[in-house]
Amino acid sequence: MGAIFRREVLGYFTSPIGYIFLAAFYAFSAVFFTTSSIQNGSTEMNTMFSQLMLVLVVLIPILTMRTMAEDKRSKTDQCLLTAPVSLGGIVAGKFLAALLTFTCAVSVTIVYAVIVAGYSEPDWMVIIGNIVGLELFGASFIAVGIFCSSLTENQVVAAVISFISILTLNLLSILGGLLPWEFLQNVFTKLSFYERYSGFTFGMFDLSNVLFFVSAIVIFLFLTVRVLEKRRWS
Amino acid sequence: MIEVQNLSKHYGDKKAVNGISFTANDGEILGFLGPNGAGKSTTMNMLTGYISSTGGKALIDGVDILENPIKAKKNIGYLPELPPLYMDMTVKEYLNFIYDLKKCKLPRVSHLKDICGLVKIDHVYNRMIRNLSKGYRQRVGLAQALVGNPPVLILDEPTVGLDPSQIIEIRTLIKKLGKNHTVILSSHILSEVQAVCDKIIVINEGRIVADDTETALSDKLTGAHILTAKIEGEVEKVQKLALSIEGVEVCKEINEREGVHEYRIESEEGVDIRRELFKKMAGADCPILELKSAELSLEDIFLKLTMGDAAAEEREA
Repeated sequence: MGAIFRREVLGYFTSPIGYIFLAAFYAFSAVFFTTSSIQNGSTEMNTMFSQLMLVLVVLIPILTMRTMAEDKRSKTDQCLLTAPVSLGGIVAGKFLAALLTFTCAVSVTIVYAVIVAGYSEPDWMVIIGNIVGLELFGASFIAVGIFCSSLTENQVVAAVISFISILTLNLLSILGGLLPWEFLQNVFTKLSFYERYSGFTFGMFDLSNVLFFVSAIVIFLFLTVRVLEKRRWS
Repeated sequence: MIEVQNLSKHYGDKKAVNGISFTANDGEILGFLGPNGAGKSTTMNMLTGYISSTGGKALIDGVDILENPIKAKKNIGYLPELPPLYMDMTVKEYLNFIYDLKKCKLPRVSHLKDICGLVKIDHVYNRMIRNLSKGYRQRVGLAQALVGNPPVLILDEPTVGLDPSQIIEIRTLIKKLGKNHTVILSSHILSEVQAVCDKIIVINEGRIVADDTETALSDKLTGAHILTAKIEGEVEKVQKLALSIEGVEVCKEINEREGVHEYRIESEEGVDIRRELFKKMAGADCPILELKSAELSLEDIFLKLTMGDAAAEEREA
């Protein structure tokens, strides 16, 4: 797992993908930060965090599109799958590498918080809650993206499927609202990633939301392992 | 040691590998011979745990690859048909990655250095893999299989795409490795398998057609009773002379260049006509410029082996 993690991190930063991801994230977050906090003269950063959701929907598929698809296309999966490593180890290594890159991106929000702190004392607990929320939110998207990438050997297809899946998972509450049954509306709302995340941006740290994201990560990584396993059997 | 029992792989209705069994002992080089699509790569992918089998067992040093994959994989070095290389890494980074991936315990720097010396990639050690030629990529692939010094090496068409001198180098290397490793290699070139292997398994359409030691099989496989000869002189005269030798069945002109005709001479099986042919032609002042046993193509081999089986079955019946 450690070897795969190191190789993947290296892969992000020897190809343009890692840099493009970080640059785009930094640029968008800076714009949101300027318009919501600086121009309003407010120490409140919740608006920026909630707007970042949109950015992640587009950027996470770019980060994860190659994880599994590229290995399958270039046959380097032969080297991973015939090495004495478990499938879980392979998937976990790739997940953690993407997570590290994503964390590099999220960490820029700490800089913004420090800037705000220069003007007035911000509500640190809310900001920390927001950062943790964004990290979990992004991590669950990464798991979804890796799963989508394992379904195909074409990076572009992987990116498109991930984009659609992530968008759908976010908009589940709106889609549910179209249904006539109240029970299903409730289920869809509970499963909506965005509804779960918005709790954090209101400054609420709800343990059930944390568990929700952790479960989503585990489920999608597990499904990825199953896809790899199934490919060997078919 | 590798033990394969009744291994099968079915893709829907297509039987890519259909119940093959064999063993390869320690320090043995086993050659898989077969045309493209015979099931060589599929078998190797099953042995290394890349794909699973539909039925049967594959034991690497007594460990079942499906039941205990991690332990079994530790003992295998695998070079797939297309070397699994990360193009965005240097040879050094890549081999270090493989070293970590295999959780290798040997001293890192000296072990990797030894391997690079063995496959002669030391001078490209710091270059990006994407910039290497096909031959060097193949060698890096081989180096990758050797990391961790696994007792079993599985090499899928290791000489494909190399130039003749590289082919000879790799063959010599494989022979050397065969002294203290169990090696399985596949090829669709008979002469290659004959040159390198102790034991040959011929497979076609997912089945083993022949499984034998090299000498016994090559006796069966060489067309000792079919000769090609370049002989100077008139065609009719040469043909008449050749046919007058006892045991000669066919003497056909197959080629002509600058007054020298090439003939294909077939005799009864088990009859050696070369001495007689030489004497006859020399006596008639028709010098033989070249004489060799006809090389059998894979198709001929299969025809021969399967026909041999049919004949044996007939005899038994």
